[in-house]
Amino acid sequence: MKAVETVPAPEVIEHPMESLLRMDRIPHIWCSTCGIGTALTSFAEALKRIDTPLEKVCVVSGIGCTGRVAGYVKLDSFHSTHGRAIPFATGLKLANPELKVVVFSGDGDIIGIGGNHFIHAARRNMDMVVICVNNFIYAMTGGQVAATTPLTANTSTSPYGNFEQPFNLPHLAASCGAVYVARWTALHVRRSAKSMAEALNKKGFSFIEIICPCSTLYARRNKLGDGLSLMKFYHDNSVIKHGADTRELDIEFQKKIIVGKFIDRERPTFLESYNNGLKQVLKDKFVPYGGAHAD
Amino acid sequence: MKADPKGVLTGNHYLDGDHACAEGAIAAGCRFLAGYPITPSTEVAERVAERFPRVGGIFIQMEDEMGSMAAVIGAAWGGVKSMTVTSGPGFSLMMENIGLAAMMEAPCVVINVQRGGPSTGLPTLPGQADMMQARWGSHGDYEIIALSPNSPQECFEVVIEAFNLSEKYRVPVLVMADECVGHMTEKVVIPKAEEIELYPRRYTKLPPNKYLPFKPGEDMVPEMIKAGDGYKIHVTGLTHDEKGYPVMSWEAQEKLVRRLVEKIRLNAEIVHVEEIDTEDAEVVVLSYGISSRVAIPAIKKARKEGIKAGQLRLVIVWPFPEEKVRELAKKINAFVVVEMNYGQMFYEVERCVAGDCKTILVPHGGGWVHDPEDIYKAIKEAVK
Amino acid sequence: MSPGSDGKFWRKPLDYDKLEIPHGEIHIIKERCKGCGFCVEYCPRDVLELSTEFNTKGYHSPQVVKEDACVHCGLCEMLCPEFAIFVTEKPKEEVKKVES
Repeated sequence: MKAVETVPAPEVIEHPMESLLRMDRIPHIWCSTCGIGTALTSFAEALKRIDTPLEKVCVVSGIGCTGRVAGYVKLDSFHSTHGRAIPFATGLKLANPELKVVVFSGDGDIIGIGGNHFIHAARRNMDMVVICVNNFIYAMTGGQVAATTPLTANTSTSPYGNFEQPFNLPHLAASCGAVYVARWTALHVRRSAKSMAEALNKKGFSFIEIICPCSTLYARRNKLGDGLSLMKFYHDNSVIKHGADTRELDIEFQKKIIVGKFIDRERPTFLESYNNGLKQVLKDKFVPYGGAHAD
Repeated sequence: MKADPKGVLTGNHYLDGDHACAEGAIAAGCRFLAGYPITPSTEVAERVAERFPRVGGIFIQMEDEMGSMAAVIGAAWGGVKSMTVTSGPGFSLMMENIGLAAMMEAPCVVINVQRGGPSTGLPTLPGQADMMQARWGSHGDYEIIALSPNSPQECFEVVIEAFNLSEKYRVPVLVMADECVGHMTEKVVIPKAEEIELYPRRYTKLPPNKYLPFKPGEDMVPEMIKAGDGYKIHVTGLTHDEKGYPVMSWEAQEKLVRRLVEKIRLNAEIVHVEEIDTEDAEVVVLSYGISSRVAIPAIKKARKEGIKAGQLRLVIVWPFPEEKVRELAKKINAFVVVEMNYGQMFYEVERCVAGDCKTILVPHGGGWVHDPEDIYKAIKEAVK
Repeated sequence: MSPGSDGKFWRKPLDYDKLEIPHGEIHIIKERCKGCGFCVEYCPRDVLELSTEFNTKGYHSPQVVKEDACVHCGLCEMLCPEFAIFVTEKPKEEVKKVES
């Protein structure tokens, strides 16, 4: 019988992403085969390609599995209350317009409880990038039905199957006025990094939906295997259609998923409209906001 | 530091309480307001919407009160003095995020122009029934500071005081006005900017590699930074350690939450009361806000009849001025608590007095102010 | 790099002599791996396989089985949810004839 080999001391090798991560909190809490880490890696790749310096990039997240992203990035990051990441980001951006504010949160957080804030921020064209990781479920709390759960899917609060029609997120974002709307899956690492970089370099309300596998809850409850099986499903069933009509982007349970960049347009941002409008009306009596200064 | 003259409307004005609150905020250096219209506080936002573009502020009307409070906290971290205004129903909606502000130690001011409640209640009529909610409204253990003005002039002053306290203690500060004071128009004298003392935000001078976002100073309050300055901190509503990282343990809870509570509770200097004729008093009327003005004729009538009555008016209502109340309780016969509710601060009085003197409540459901006769009757009852 | 499904050239590319196929050196941070298998599944050159060893958390991390086949595409690094694998460029070598 072979003697037990001693485990060699791990080498100290540094992953290139480590400068962007709070390494004292790694390994993270996400499950094996969860796609959130992959989405975060795409985001890190995107950050290499943006014009804004990293000190000015802030990440705001809400509550949920994806909401934990804020805790792992080495940027000014804010983990706020459930659904309120977008208004929190609004306050942050308006207080210091030099900041590049990214809301990185889940579908339940942004579209469920945060739905109202989402539609208004899009309507106002608030200058922020919203990266919505969509795993079709409320994962952190144990796998309840979400506003994005496909019809017939099984979740802990829809144990006989979901009978509610889910949202079509790109369509929702586009109709509310978002200037950049894209959908990718976690598997589309390069394309989602490119989309994220485009959105980060763009002014206005950008929305990127990243469809991610949830292995412990969505996949397991629906007998779909694990996250890897879901990635394989995305591989075989995602169809890239740039510029597709957002009305046709509904997701049915285990059917084709249309991905791509759907909307890329220009509109004045909230601050641009606000400042320009006031200047026109008040002329030289208008004193523009002077920048962050709590004194 | 002194107020920015650009924002101070020095001079004599004829303003209602809401407008005076708006002027107080601008004088205090507030340059961000995110709010949602609700009677009777809407005028504060309306005046700010008009004034901010002329003094370099940003006003945004959010889609609801939860968004308003979240934006206020975000703006605080963005480096600006921020506030919101609301009344009862909106106050209830803001509670979760007031807890977040307390947990994140974000300096901000929330003005609640109280109206009749509960629920939709009496939107255009006064109440003072949110006082306990101000203290305990959000879940969990935390402490806030709450003030109550009793005139438009005091609205102006109290809002400045609120901003100063919020910066000093890194805590959300609530201004608990009421519809009566909010909608009454009186002379408001706004002094010159050099006469207004402001407490600056406690930004750290430490470099990023030495700074710990939640490491307290001697007074249990940590130093602050603003986003975008390269500190790359993490701030969360989860229980966290000094670095700001979430820690799921009872030790971290004990360390953090005890400090959040004690930084207010044990700071004995957070007291602001006004005493009228209490030196020789046998009965002291304890009240705040509009009720304190309504009590004056009753006290005067009692004095005329030889009853030694006085008034202890609370300006800082939370933390409750326990020492002052206990000190008086040992000398007087009775406290007569006059408030526009069915008993809220009354229980604090009873708790502090602990039987050293009588405590009598003169309640009122709200919708109108007390009848001074009822207060006078209670004073007479007190000396029997 | 090879038009035609049989993988052989049907004509020699004009810049064939200047071509440099990158080669990557794979680094695996075994202790961080949670054995998801994304890298193994999607490596276009089948360089990786899940090993039979366990790390201290009980997961099978990947191991390099075809070291020379790695072309530094970076997909494993980008797909990994745990930040547990990355590729660095091996020093440039002579151009090799492409074999499929």
